[in-house]
Parts: sequence; C-alpha cells; structure tokens
Amino acid sequence: MQVSMKVNGEEVTREIEPRVLLVHFIREELGLTGTHWGCDTTNCGTCVVLLDGQPVKSCTVLAASAHGHEVRTVEGLASNGSLDPVQQGFMAEHGLQCGFCTPGMMLTARALLDKNPHPDELQIRQAISGQICRCTGYATIVRSVQWAAEHPAAAGDPPGTGTDEEDVRA
Amino acid sequence: MTTTHEHPANPAAGDPDRPVGFGRIQRKEDPRFIRGKGRYIDDIVLPGMLHGAILRSPVAHARLVSIDISAAAAHPKVKAVVTGKDLEGLKLAWAPTLSADVQAVLATDKVRFQGQEVAFVVAEDRYAARDALELIEVEYDILPPVVNARRALDADAPVIRDDIEGRTDNRIFDWEMGDAGATDAVFARADVTVAQEMVYPRVHPAPMETCGAVADFDPIDGGLTLYETTQAPHAHRTLYAMVAGIPEHKIRVVSPDIGGGFGNKVGIYPGYILAVVGSILTGKPVKWVEDRSENLMSTSFARDYLMKGEIAATRDGKILAVRTSVLADHGAFNATAQPTKNPAGFFSIFTGSYDLEAAYCSVTGVYTNKAPGGVAYACSFRVTEAVYLVERMVDVLAAKLQMDPAELRLKNFIRPEQFPYKNKTGWEYDSGNYAPAMRLSMQLAGYEDLRREQAEKRERGELMGIGVSFFTETVGAGPRKHFDIVGLGMADGAELRVHPTGKAVVRLSVQSQGQGHETTFAQIVAEELGIPPEDIDVVHGDTDQTPFGLGTYGSRSTPVSGGAVALVARKVREKAKFIAAAMLETRAEDLEWEKGRWFVKGDPGAGRTIAEIALAAHGTLALPEGIDGNLDAEVTYDPPNLTFPFGAYICVVDVDPGTGRVKVRRFIAVDDCGTRINPMIIEGQVHGGLTDGVGMALMEIIEFDDDGNCLGGSFMDYLIPTAMEVPDWETGFTVTPSPHHPIGAKGIGESATVGSPPAIVNAVVDALAPFGVTHMDMPCTPARVWEAMQGRATPPV
Ligand code: FES
Ligand code: FES
Repeated sequence: MQVSMKVNGEEVTREIEPRVLLVHFIREELGLTGTHWGCDTTNCGTCVVLLDGQPVKSCTVLAASAHGHEVRTVEGLASNGSLDPVQQGFMAEHGLQCGFCTPGMMLTARALLDKNPHPDELQIRQAISGQICRCTGYATIVRSVQWAAEHPAAAGDPPGTGTDEEDVRA
Repeated sequence: MTTTHEHPANPAAGDPDRPVGFGRIQRKEDPRFIRGKGRYIDDIVLPGMLHGAILRSPVAHARLVSIDISAAAAHPKVKAVVTGKDLEGLKLAWAPTLSADVQAVLATDKVRFQGQEVAFVVAEDRYAARDALELIEVEYDILPPVVNARRALDADAPVIRDDIEGRTDNRIFDWEMGDAGATDAVFARADVTVAQEMVYPRVHPAPMETCGAVADFDPIDGGLTLYETTQAPHAHRTLYAMVAGIPEHKIRVVSPDIGGGFGNKVGIYPGYILAVVGSILTGKPVKWVEDRSENLMSTSFARDYLMKGEIAATRDGKILAVRTSVLADHGAFNATAQPTKNPAGFFSIFTGSYDLEAAYCSVTGVYTNKAPGGVAYACSFRVTEAVYLVERMVDVLAAKLQMDPAELRLKNFIRPEQFPYKNKTGWEYDSGNYAPAMRLSMQLAGYEDLRREQAEKRERGELMGIGVSFFTETVGAGPRKHFDIVGLGMADGAELRVHPTGKAVVRLSVQSQGQGHETTFAQIVAEELGIPPEDIDVVHGDTDQTPFGLGTYGSRSTPVSGGAVALVARKVREKAKFIAAAMLETRAEDLEWEKGRWFVKGDPGAGRTIAEIALAAHGTLALPEGIDGNLDAEVTYDPPNLTFPFGAYICVVDVDPGTGRVKVRRFIAVDDCGTRINPMIIEGQVHGGLTDGVGMALMEIIEFDDDGNCLGGSFMDYLIPTAMEVPDWETGFTVTPSPHHPIGAKGIGESATVGSPPAIVNAVVDALAPFGVTHMDMPCTPARVWEAMQGRATPPV
C-alpha cells in the first residue's frame, strides 16, 4: 500500500506492506535512525516521536495510520541549524549518557513545554513516566527540561557551560 | 638566555569555566546524540544486507527429537536456515564461554533453558525472517527441569550437562576464601552471633538497546568485519580467532555507539556467532538484533546468589568475624565473565569496610535450567552480592544489639592509619577514610532529625524507615599476575599521537556504553599535557584502530585505561622535554614543567608549549640522540593493585501501611572515588547506579515457574524504575586518592549499584520494625512487603 505523511516538514510517500510499524518506516524507509526501538511491549519509549505534536510510541503505531499526518522526529528538533533549547538543556545538564532514550525524552519534553512552558518537577516526571532511561536516574533529565524552560530563546546561543553548583564537598 | 620571538599563549592557562584537565565540562559525545546521530548497532546498514532471526526453545529442558526446516527454507525471501546439525559440520555448534565451559550456539542434543537458540533464519528483511521462524517445526521430548538451585545437587536431580563427559551431577565448582578454623574459633567465643539467610534474586541489566551484530564476511580475502554490541571488542576478536579459526589479523571487531551495557554486553552470545555464520553462508552482510524478550530471557542475567550470612561480635558492638556460605545459580552453561582464578568473582570482599579478626566464605556454583550468564549488571564482579550480604548483616546485628546502625558502622570501620589494609581474605585495600564519609552522609541527611521524625511517626502508626549502608568496592582488575579472562591478562593499552599542530588523538582499548569516555579520557590527556580537551580526539571501539586491552566492565576503565592514558601522556611529556631542550639549546634536566609547557628553571619566560614542541618534532629541528621525529607514545598498563572506592549511603522510605507500597522519599549518597576527573559525569554515574538499586531493591526480578518458564521476559513483567519511582538524588563526596594509581582515581561506574540496594532494604526493614520484621528479601514489592507485615516474609526463591 501507499502511505504519505509529512515528516519533519517534508512530504514523503512510500510503497509499504500494511503491517509495517511507524518506527520501522521512519528508521528503514526514511533512514532517520535517531528514533530508536527498545522493547516489544510499548513500555520503553525509546521510539517516541511527535504525531501531530503529540508524543506517541512509534512502535505501536502502524505507518499506515500515520497516513496524512505530521510526524516530527529528533532529526526535526533543530531548526535552521539552531538547536532546540531542549537539546541544549540535555547537554548542559548531563541529561544523557548512552543517548539511546534521549531522542524520545527530548521530544516528550518539547511537547510538554509547548503546552506548559513552566512545568514543575512533578509535571516533568509525569510527562516522561512512560519512558525508561536505564542510565541517568532521571534527575538530570528533569534538570535538562528545567534548563530548557528557563532558556526558551536559547536556540542559536552556544550551549550553557554548566555553571550550577558542584556537589557538596566534605 | 632570552627568547627571541613571541610564543602563543599557553592554552592550559585557560579560564576556570573551561578547565584544561579535570573539572566539569560538557561531554564531547553529546552533540551527535542530541541530534539523533548516534550510530548504534541497528543503525548500521550495509549494501545487500540480510536479516537474521533466532528460533528459541519454548521449554526449559527437553531432548531435541527432530527439526523440520523445509517450509521455512522454501519461503521466497529466506536465504538460509541453520540448525545445530549444520553447525556441527562447521565445528561451531558449541562455543567456549568466558569461564572455561562451553555453550551451545544452536542446540544439537538437548535444550537446557527456555529461550535457548535452536535455529537461525537469514532472510531479505526483518519481517520475513520472523515469518519464517513460524514455519520451522521442532519436536521436543520434555525432560524434568532443575529450576530451584537448592534442588540442583539432590541425588535424583536430572543431570543438565550430560554433554560433558563423565558428568554425574550439576555441581560446577566449590570455592572458599579465608580461614575456616580461625573463623569458627572466633564464633565459638563471641558474646553475640547473628545469622540470616538471604537471597539476591536473579535480575537483568536490560540496557535500553538490546544486543546485536552485523557480520560482513569477505569471501575473497577471508576477512571478517563484525559490528557488535560489545563492551570488550579486543577480547571478542581474540576469542573469535580461537573459535572460528579465522586468523586474528583478518578479523575487525567494531563496537559502535552502545545504548547501555551494564555488563550485559560483555559475553559472546550465540546470535553474534550466528550472524557470522549467516554471512559466510550467504556471502552477504547479515544483521541480527534481538528483541526485548530475547534479551531478558537469554542474555547474561545477574546475581542469583542464595546466601547465608553470620556475624560474631562483642556485647558492646565490636564486630569480630563474618562467615558466609553461598549457593550460586549459574544457569545452564557456566558463562559468567569472571577472572579465571575467581569463580565467584570478588565476592570475598564480603568483609566490607570493617576491621575483622577472621572471615570465611564458601561458594558452590550449580547448573540449573535457566539462562546462562551471571556477572552482568554493574556488579564489579560479585561485589554487589558481597556488599549486600555484609551490610544487611550489620543491620541484623544492630537490631539484635539495639544499636543505631550508623553508630555501629562508625565503631567498626577500618581506621585511616591502617591503610593499606590487608583484609582477612587477602585483599589489600589501597586507601580509605571511612568515618568522614559516613559523617558527611549523616550530616547531609540530617540523620538525628530523621530519627526524631521517625519516632514521632511511629507513635502515629506511620511507617517510615531510615536505611544506612557503607560499602567498599574492589575495582580495576587487574594485575596480570592475579587476573586474566580465558588466559588474557587484564591490562589495557593506550596510544597517543600529538599532531604537528598540537592537536592530539588518543586511542583506547576500552569501550564506552554511555560513561563519557570521549570526554573523560580527553580530560586526562589535557591534565597531563595542557592540550585543551576539545583538541583531543578519543578513538575507541574498533580493533583496527586501537591497541589491545580487555574492555569496559567491572568499573575498570578509569582504574586501568585511565592509568594507561595518564602514563602515555607522561611518556609524551618526557619526550617533549628533550625536544624542548633542543629547541631552547639547553639541557633537559634544566627544564621544568608547568601544565602545557616546558620552561627553563629560573627563567619562566624561556619556554616552549606542547604545540610548539609538536611542530618542532615533526619539523627540521636537529633532534637529540635517540629521539625520533614525532610526539607519539604507547603503553600497556598493568595496574599494581585494584582500587577500592567507597561510599556512605542513607535512604529514607515511607511504607503505605494499607498497600505495602514503598516510596523512596530521599536518598543521600556520599561517594569517594579518589581523584575526580569530571564531577558532572561522576554524578551521572552515581545517579544511574542509585536508580539500578531502587530497581533491584523494590521492583526487578527474573522469576521462573516450576516448569522453568521465565516469568520476567518482557518489560510488562520485568519492572524498571521510571522517573516516578525515584527521588531527586542528593549527592556528596570525599576525596581519598588511590596511592598507586597514576592520577589517584578509583572508578565510579558501579559504586551506586553496589551500595544502594542494602541501604534501601535496610530502610524497608527499619520501617517494618514495629511488625517485628528483621529481614525481608528483595524485591520489596507491595505484595511482598504486605506479606512481611503479616509476619509471612518469604524468600523469592
Ligand atoms: S520500542 Fe519500547 S515503547 Fe516503543
Ligand atoms: S541515556 Fe542511556 S537509556 Fe537514557
């Protein structure tokens, strides 16, 4: 079957098997490998993309059901060569280690900030609660999103230099 | 003498926000990850690449009667179907494990755990490969399984490994450490003894990226390029050369970006070998990436230690001796990745942070009909189990003596003047200063206030618990005279080149899985040479481009490779000194080093920066005798000892009396990993490990039913903490450098995973004290906690 959708602002059309999952469509048909895959049961959220602005787990959406819709992936987060504040926040606050959960986390954060520019810690935790990070322990992800909230116009600026206080020292 | 020309500013003089060396800097690897440009195994696409999928056993123990592949082979998109019989012909049906055992690549005689590899399909795309698995017919003759390790040595237990000639039972090894007689004598005369059985359940590292490989065999030159999710690319290459008979110089192992490892990606899995076989058979590159259930059900699990701990002490709380016996469940093949002479890893560090008179442990390893493995999940070679045992036991003793658990620990610590400290099982702790770390942790927690709050809450029937743990780790294996894996000494290499313009490249034998090696190792070179970290490229994960070494696990990157990198930089610095002397027309011994440049003693204006020296080294300068025209060096670092990081953790929990749900309200972690290279990365490593600890203590377990069915085979059943289950971590640190490590660093990757589970369980048990609970096993799930409140705490196995 033929599907068409807008991905990161570009219209794409492909001939696919009806059973193809959106995650595989994005990764294999379009070669956008920033969207990851990590489980068989819709639990991990490494596959999160924005579908019409809403975070969805692309392993649980058929490519066919995205027909006619708009998809945004991590590759579409930066605009005109400028990083999204969320991307800068993740670098400034060490919101990533292996980077595997990171694209999904950042897209959820972007959707959250679009709705709620000043989320509190609990709201951030709730927003990412359907996604697993095995590396960071989440606190730095929370801080990364807070950094982005505090620097809404940061796009284009050089990333922050991490000036927050060091750990308490004996 | 005076200089006659202007020199560029010393880049190392830099500004404090951009340290040239140790300090908080952003990670050099992040720009690609935040753009979605990381390159993980499944992102690798080669021209003409085919896809493999593995058929796995649905049963735990059965004789293979027949396999019919005809329908699968007839599938139009299928290129090859491989069974154990085919592999027998290639002498590849069995592969050696990291523990001198063998493991079936594809089953030939029996299947020995649910999820074992039975057949391999290679097809044009991943969907077709999965479709074809459905077409394979296998007939099994079911055998009774051994599921409970306690039954493994029963006289009537089925013998799992009848493939090994002469085997009549399921015993793998018996191992002991310490002095049994001396320990018994101390126990006989002690005022107080306590004993407790405890289980460290089987858990799984479950990195977010599963394991996989892309094999690309070139039939013309006989070369194999193997991309795989491995934490140890060099060790893998050597083993492939030994197993498959492909000459080692024809094998290139590339470990691309890795989406988390935690020990899960140390071993060689059948899937990797099958990808190679698939590529040899089809002449095309073959990709195999496991799904999550395959990852949880068949790859390296962790723990599964059934332990009994005992402590002997005086009436006033001086700990005299610790004794323990362990039944270790190794699954169907002994594939645990331990140093050869340490079948139970470094479990003998169960003496903890305390000055004891005697200690003894015995460990028996057994086969069961479960997945093989047994080191993984950030455990520093079984230090996790050891620390859990001793830290739980100290709390059991504190309860018996009605002493405060923090005070009891403070009373028994090895004192700073006793280091280097030889413990009763033979370890030499390099350095430590335990009491200040414990006190800092108590201060950050507001320990006294917490105890007051707890007392008030107890009056009101609320269940609040405060748990303490203090751990000493042993990491950075290790000196080659003591430690090897399958005969390969546990050293690591480093190569450093300073290019003519003063930029550098350092090549490592270890491989990052998220730890930030590209940043940390650049910082070590920067600290030693004064070249800014952004001017230093770190190359790793490709055997063609890096020196030999054993890889990243057991928190060994900083202790071993970090030593290698510091030493290789110092070698370059020494060489630079002779070149600088030639440039300055003086003697090398008249020069003094300040970060980034050599200058004439007493004449700081007369100096040359590393960049100037690099250009001269490659230029026309007449070089001193014995100095060749580059600024390069290489070393292989054989560490003189392991390093012993430590930490003091305090956990505060609230337990819902109605449901048994445990909420970790606060967690205070004070870590001492010696010299701190990048505090931001260290903090991240600690946070991640604490989250692992919450997972193991409260949620994670791989259970089996009586038939050997794995009950933790998906993320529906195997629960991992999300942002909702963990608090905002509170961290602190002390610095006690390692006296023998070139930069005094000790390693931090696993400290929190090791140290946090006992703090959390101790907190839960403390909360349940009003119910008379003195111990409960992990995971402290609501149901299990509720049972404990009813006086029915049961072990999970
Ligand atoms: S891949 Fe795990 S939720 Fe989509
Ligand atoms: S950074 Fe590794 S899973 Fe989140």
